[in-house]
Amino acid sequence: MRPLILALILTLTAVCLVLVALEMPPLGNPSAPSQASPTTAYYNKQAVTDTGCLSHVAAIVCDYRAYDTLGETTVLFTAIAAILALKNSREGSAGE
Amino acid sequence: MNDLILKEVARFLFPFIELYGFYIVFHGHLSPGGGFAGGVVCGAGFILYTLAHGHKALYSLLPRHIWTFCESAGLAFFIFLGLVGIFVGREFLANSSAGFPLGRTGELFSSGLVFLLNLAIGLKVASTVTTLFLNLEEED
Repeated sequence: MRPLILALILTLTAVCLVLVALEMPPLGNPSAPSQASPTTAYYNKQAVTDTGCLSHVAAIVCDYRAYDTLGETTVLFTAIAAILALKNSREGSAGE
Repeated sequence: MNDLILKEVARFLFPFIELYGFYIVFHGHLSPGGGFAGGVVCGAGFILYTLAHGHKALYSLLPRHIWTFCESAGLAFFIFLGLVGIFVGREFLANSSAGFPLGRTGELFSSGLVFLLNLAIGLKVASTVTTLFLNLEEED
């Protein structure tokens, strides 16, 4: 019974995902929401003069969205802190 | 691992991998790449060195406390750069409005905050990848 329910759920999820993927506009379509938005036009026009970066990706990651990058860096820091804490606590209890 | 060819190749390749990683980090604002990609390349170089020569060799190259220090220093440097904006009276992580010199577009030392943030991220990612490997690998 359980594999059957699992298969059903997975098939439903796959159908939903494929339907969404079919809805998506083709890559580079100028009328796609990501291309037509005024933010994209602003970045294309202003990124070099605002930040002095030739790479627009760097301009967005490290200047316009730098706060988001701080979050990503914090994720890395938290992961390492958790691993070191777990490892050290295991070594400590093994030594006792 | 006690393979002479692996050891010699790793010893030969190690500086070039690190140099390429530094290149990607330093040119983050000019070409594709940046702190994350360059940091991972640097970390991969350290991992290759560790795989060939063992943990002791890497720790004699850069002791353990340096790795944990880099770990925190990357994030602290990032936050410090952000706070500069607040101390000058602008918003958090402000770039040219906080007084970071933008320089001439297209030169290596340009774009103020973006260059420094790439350095911070590169330091952080390189030490994270390496520390992760060192701590998960020496278990067995």
